[in-house]
Amino acid sequence: MTGRALPSPGWLFVAPALTAITAFFFVPVLAAVVLSLTDFDIYAVASRENLRIVGGANYARLLDDALFWTAVRNTLYFVVVAAPLSIAVSFGAALLLHARVTRWKPAFRTALFLPVVTTLVAVAVVWRYAFHPRIGLLNALVAPLGIGPIDWLGDPRFAMPAIILMTIWKTFGFNMVILVAGLQAIPEGLYEAARIDGAGTVARFRHVTLPMLAPTLTFVTVMTVIGDLQLFAEPYVMTQGGPANATLSVVLLMYLEGFRWWNMGHAAAIAFVLFAAMLVLTLAARAARRVAGGDPEAA
Amino acid sequence: MHGGGRTGRAGCLAAFAVLGVVAVAGCRGAATDATVVEFWAMGREGEVVQRLVPEFERRTPGVRVRVQQIPWSAAHEKLLTAYVGGALPDVVQVGNTWLPELVALGALAPLDERLAPLGERPAPLGERPAPLGEQPAPLGEQPAPLGEQPAPSDAQVGSLDPADEFPGVVAATVIDGVRYGVPWYVDTRVLFYRTDLLRAAGVATPPTTWSGWVDAMARLARGGERYAISLPATEWEPPVILALQRGAGLLRDGDRYGDFRSPAFRAAFEFYRDFFRRGLAPTGGAAQSANLYQDFADGYFAMLLSGPWNVGEIERRLPKLADAWATAPLPAFEGDAPGLSLAGGASLALVHDSPRRDAAWKWMAFLAEPAQQLEFWRLTGDLPARPSAWRDGGLADAPRTAAFWRQLARVQATPKIPEWERIAATITRHTEIALRSEAPADAVLAALDRDVDLILEKRRWMLERAATRSAARIAVPGAAFGESAS
Repeated sequence: MTGRALPSPGWLFVAPALTAITAFFFVPVLAAVVLSLTDFDIYAVASRENLRIVGGANYARLLDDALFWTAVRNTLYFVVVAAPLSIAVSFGAALLLHARVTRWKPAFRTALFLPVVTTLVAVAVVWRYAFHPRIGLLNALVAPLGIGPIDWLGDPRFAMPAIILMTIWKTFGFNMVILVAGLQAIPEGLYEAARIDGAGTVARFRHVTLPMLAPTLTFVTVMTVIGDLQLFAEPYVMTQGGPANATLSVVLLMYLEGFRWWNMGHAAAIAFVLFAAMLVLTLAARAARRVAGGDPEAA
Repeated sequence: MHGGGRTGRAGCLAAFAVLGVVAVAGCRGAATDATVVEFWAMGREGEVVQRLVPEFERRTPGVRVRVQQIPWSAAHEKLLTAYVGGALPDVVQVGNTWLPELVALGALAPLDERLAPLGERPAPLGERPAPLGEQPAPLGEQPAPLGEQPAPSDAQVGSLDPADEFPGVVAATVIDGVRYGVPWYVDTRVLFYRTDLLRAAGVATPPTTWSGWVDAMARLARGGERYAISLPATEWEPPVILALQRGAGLLRDGDRYGDFRSPAFRAAFEFYRDFFRRGLAPTGGAAQSANLYQDFADGYFAMLLSGPWNVGEIERRLPKLADAWATAPLPAFEGDAPGLSLAGGASLALVHDSPRRDAAWKWMAFLAEPAQQLEFWRLTGDLPARPSAWRDGGLADAPRTAAFWRQLARVQATPKIPEWERIAATITRHTEIALRSEAPADAVLAALDRDVDLILEKRRWMLERAATRSAARIAVPGAAFGESAS
């Protein structure tokens, strides 16, 4: 109540971290907010006189920009399809790796994790061959099913599925490892108790594995969705956003606006719209977990 | 930033790199008073130009050159970032279409005085100055101060003969009446074709008009299995070239608005779209171009609209084709071939803030010498920017380069405004979608115009402001500049 008391020593302890975060995060973010209210471009680089404060015009223009909405649609398409599929594949692989009957677990775990640590550019080169309409592996696989040759990366209808396929292959190993860790953390006693109570394999999975794994699954889902919303490298390397903008993602659009065309104001506005979208989705995921209830660990 | 201390140390490093001198003592002795010119070159050129450095350093005592190679994919971003950070070198290789952007930034030094023969006023190259943007300060650069003039009686400068250039290419380096680049190599698109396939289809000579072109292609294409020509839908060049051949202006009102709804552009666009609709060109995406050479060898398509780099590439990758392919200038809409093509290529540009512009200019003049141009062609396959080098090297008559020689007499630059690259990407976006849809041409081109007008909004604002200011400054009636559209 003295009002002149020294700041709590806690502040001293967090000061170094806080300084770093302020300098390298909050200040740039603030600068980006300001940038998004201007029309900072190549002319403004030449002379500050050419800079105009445009207020919300960048945001208003986004709403009216067909290309932005194409990017939003593509990104949502990617998230809605790729995220559940990717988690399902990760979960399936994790269950197989965790199963009692599986042998050479470390070898499989390493093999399945390998795509995650492989350079994307190398992966892209190989997948480009796999997707080739005439000599590609994928068309060779679907040909016996009577499916005609598909121009995977050249046809706007198939370009995004192709990117999704490659991304899932490239990234599922990461979630798999986390889920394996989650599975290993479930006490064996719970399964024994369930077995004694007469629960079969399916019942044990539903009533022991799933509830116990829920926090891990939530974490994996949120991280995957956030990662998928930031889709950039795969289309950048594979298609440059084409064909006909079928794989143009929001982040790719932001990159092109900012660093290819040097429209920093416009790019900054895209960045904040994306940030808002991710924030909303993350909060929604948390709220959904709360509503679902019965989860003491979520607190 | 460019401290004087750099010369000594950097020179030492350059000497290490260039001459492979190992003795530190010797290096220190040799490099203390040498001026080091830093040169950024892109891709393959940056790799190969290194081999021209020893000859230059032998002939120009006291000047050393340090070449830094930059990959093409990162070049544009790197140039802009280096400008912002004040880290540009002394001389840069610049794609001709990037010049307007760097000029808008005030990053480049004007070259008219250096290029003019001694004692003569700079010749009015290209078009007249247009009242673009801010005339004072950053946008338009004032001529170099007196002290910066090239040293007289310099043997190398004399060899830079302004008459020994391709006018169409030079025009691409003149922005608002001021010359900013010395063309290093030239690049334009011509028709590559399979001689055997054309002969088999009963086409004796490569087409010279649009109608002849369509006839020939109709005979070459075979229902979705074999195509007449490869025109990547991801490139803006083909539709733009066809539009230029029809006389389209692309932009209007002094490059303030898009002019894609003009009858000329519309006709070219319809013609372009017909290539795909009639099955003359495959609608594949970029994915297929990875195997462009194999497809050409297989006869998957018989023609290709491409540039000089593919002369060497096809010879190297497809030795089996031997004489089964050739090049020809582009067909014209009607009348005399060749039809117009694009004035491409790269120029050498002098960085405005360089503290050693005179030494840097010597390096630029050296690279532009016909003898060095020819040597560079031998090393890279890049076509020389000097007609005399073509004649000396026999390129003008050699079977595959002769088409480029003839084409270079009929080339035109794209609009020289900083926004062009972005407009080009917008053209690709709209035409690519149009190729895959049944949308009427009017709707496609109206949407294109709308997007291009949005891109040019800032430019319009700047021109307007410049006009208001100059009107306010020069209040005397009749003294104001006319709004001469280029």
